[in-house]
Amino acid sequence: MRPYLSIVIVALALAALASLAHSNTLANSLVTATIIALAGYGWNLLGGYGGQYSFGHAAFFGAAAYVDAVAQARYGVNAYAAFVLATAAAALVGVVIGYLSFRAGLRGSYFALITLAFAEVMRVLANAAGITGGAAGTLIRLAPSPSHFQFVGRQPYLWIVLVLVTLAMIATRAVERSRFGAYLVAVRENEAAARALGVDALRVKLQAIVISAALTGLAGALYAQYFLFVDASIAFGPWISIEALAAPIVGGLGTVFGPLVGALALDGFGEAAHAVAGRTPGIELALYGALLVLVVAVARDGLQGLAVRFFAARRAGAA
Amino acid sequence: MTAPLLVLEGLTKRFGGLTAIDGVSLTLPCGGVTGIIGPNGAGKTTLFSLIAGSERANTGRVLFDGGDVTRLPANARAVRGIGRTFQITQPFAGMSVRENVAVGAYLRHARRNDALARAAEIAERVGLGGRLDAPAASLTVSARKRLEVARALATEPKLLLLDEILAGLNPSEVREFAPVVRALSAQGITVMMIEHVMHAVMNLCAHLYVLAEGRLIAQGPPAEVTRDPLVIESYLGKGAAARLARGGGHG
Amino acid sequence: MLTPDILAAAVVNGLTTGAVYALIAVGLTLVYGVLHIVNFAHGAILAAAMFAAYFAFQYGVDPYVALAPLAVVFFGLGYAAQRLVIGPASHGEDRNVLLVTLGLSIVIENLLLAAFSSDTRSINTTYGFATIRLGPLFVSLPKAIGFGVSCAVGMTLWALLNYTDIGKAIRAVAKERMGARLVGIDPPHVFAVTFGLSAACLAIAACVLLPVYYVDPRVGEAYVLIAFTIVVLGGMGSIAGAMVGGLLIGVVESLSGLLLGDSLGQLGIYLIFILVLLLRPRGLFGATA
Ligand SMILES: Nc1ncnc2c1ncn2[C@@H]1O[C@H](COP(=O)(O)OP(=O)(O)O)[C@@H](O)[C@H]1O
Ligand SMILES: [Mg+2]
Repeated sequence: MRPYLSIVIVALALAALASLAHSNTLANSLVTATIIALAGYGWNLLGGYGGQYSFGHAAFFGAAAYVDAVAQARYGVNAYAAFVLATAAAALVGVVIGYLSFRAGLRGSYFALITLAFAEVMRVLANAAGITGGAAGTLIRLAPSPSHFQFVGRQPYLWIVLVLVTLAMIATRAVERSRFGAYLVAVRENEAAARALGVDALRVKLQAIVISAALTGLAGALYAQYFLFVDASIAFGPWISIEALAAPIVGGLGTVFGPLVGALALDGFGEAAHAVAGRTPGIELALYGALLVLVVAVARDGLQGLAVRFFAARRAGAA
Repeated sequence: MTAPLLVLEGLTKRFGGLTAIDGVSLTLPCGGVTGIIGPNGAGKTTLFSLIAGSERANTGRVLFDGGDVTRLPANARAVRGIGRTFQITQPFAGMSVRENVAVGAYLRHARRNDALARAAEIAERVGLGGRLDAPAASLTVSARKRLEVARALATEPKLLLLDEILAGLNPSEVREFAPVVRALSAQGITVMMIEHVMHAVMNLCAHLYVLAEGRLIAQGPPAEVTRDPLVIESYLGKGAAARLARGGGHG
Repeated sequence: MLTPDILAAAVVNGLTTGAVYALIAVGLTLVYGVLHIVNFAHGAILAAAMFAAYFAFQYGVDPYVALAPLAVVFFGLGYAAQRLVIGPASHGEDRNVLLVTLGLSIVIENLLLAAFSSDTRSINTTYGFATIRLGPLFVSLPKAIGFGVSCAVGMTLWALLNYTDIGKAIRAVAKERMGARLVGIDPPHVFAVTFGLSAACLAIAACVLLPVYYVDPRVGEAYVLIAFTIVVLGGMGSIAGAMVGGLLIGVVESLSGLLLGDSLGQLGIYLIFILVLLLRPRGLFGATA
């Protein structure tokens, strides 16, 4: 139980925060931030633990968002079934992209480039195809009732994302403590050495990208369900690929709390930037970029690592 | 006569224009410590890579424990029971010693607690017991070599390939290592070691192979092999054996 | 009807476009060859250079006049970016470089967006629609100039790398980092010069693009994937590969646009890119980085 205790504490703290978030704006901001955290948990598994940096997690996010919306809007699929289907679709996209790229031995910059290209291909296709509603996008019919996975007000959504984020944290911890997790990190650190120890590197990377895609897909499906609308640039645009990687890196790469800490911090920074610079488009993302560079430059282990070191120093100073 | 553990048949490996391993055949029985010596660049490490599957041979076959493993990737060969160390140590730098060794131990012990316990046990055996939680990146050269051995050992190999694990160690560290290798052999692991530290080789190995320019040029008991003129020449250059015999030795 | 004339016109059009693509790709491949890093900020720097050329024009300076000074300015900016930001921030780890240049591209693009909004801008020149006759074909004058400038830059770069001291230093560092250090070359300086050259190429590309193209803060994205495709196609790090790859992609794009229509033409680039990465990650010409 010990390894999961910190997760329970963080989940309770989140719950307290959520129950205090009475204003719609605050709840809304928290929902988006935690959806991004969820997408970040997906990225963190493959990028943080596995060392495979994807620049195209939008492919998974978007596939799930579209499947969720299109299944409901066009085929009248039940919202919950659509949600499950959407997550499965993201995992499937993960299998395909992962199999093609890892089989071809792509890593490092090459892997980043090809994931980016796959996401862009999907964006162009979604923007042109009929089934996705083309450039107009797809609307999910408004029908606020729990049986349609739609709710009045922001609060219920907030609780749902919080539960999912908690599950993502638990899953991350479970991976950390499993053979699969050890193999994944070994592949990140030194693939040749890992293979000599019996690690099937291709298989490990494939498993990682599937779980990664499913988690990010969960975020995409939830996003569609929350806003009841998707179009190509929301679903497959570069913004979500960037947010999904910025959150864990800023928060703490390859850690259980990194994506959550990072997503909340980035959200906070974004709000602060708005307060200072007004709603000029671009300021927020420019800040993201600067923060990304800064974290890589001075705090390899992210904000979480900074905090840990800060408290360790304090304790050492006090002793 | 028991069945051999490892059989190499006409192995050849080319890197571009360079033939690093040139038609090597050998048969290794079960058990014992066998040495491989040869000058730098002779192809010793490449031979290990071909046996362990880190590199694929251009021609020839690798038979291990009764099966043909020529087409198997490195990880599948590890499963069959071939373990290797890397001459240029390859630690998982971001992990602790215990975690490094556990990656090997997971091969036979899927549960975390078992693998970690096994890792601690093996680290202890190679003399890393006191450094279980040290980050691998912080280890000294000698500790890194030990880590290499511990990781390979953790996969519970039938055949263990040790690539210059004594190079760069001081004499007292070399002395500490000898009993470790003997214990492995006593435990039934067949050991093949590449080594330049001659007195250790003479001490530990019952049989030696000599590799030069990718070819096996001699084999036999250490005392015989090291007197072989062909071997001396491969190390010291043409005519060296004759000069040595004349008693000069400088030159 | 696909007459030979239309086809020939499409090919010539493709070659002129492709030459500018090559100019953009050549900097990317140079940086990859020497620093072994993929510069994700390449497109954003191009956008910044196009804005610089745009505002120069607003103050009465023709892009062709602004070309040389802007190349110098961007050389300095590129030098500084590598020396002061990318180098120190990435601690020599490739994974970090990936993130740092991605971060830089986000910063540049969004600062441009904040400063100039997402409006599309273009300039009106007297020669914008001028053409020259080439046998039975009419070729747009600014595109012909772009072609000439690209070829000149390609050759200059080649000469620079082969015949000057700094060029030799760059090639030495590209081959053997440690060895270069031993013979007294300062790799951080060489890295920064390489980055500066790459940025200078982008400034030149911006100046020849502006008379025939529009600029907005995200304009670089359109080119950068094409440039990546060319670089991968030509073999990461190969300058000749980038020049040939650029012309090839230009012609392929022009012909597929003619045969398939524009939006699918765009898709074609991505698909070529993915296929090349999957099948021939070392490039069509087999150059190893
Ligand atoms: N991956 C490789 N690519 C190209 N050449 C290699 C490679 N590995 C080894 N070689 C070459 O093969 C020859 C044998 O190397 P190696 O097996 O390391 O020799 P040894 O271990 O006996 O010193 C050397 O000339 C070396 O340069
Ligand atoms: Mg060797």
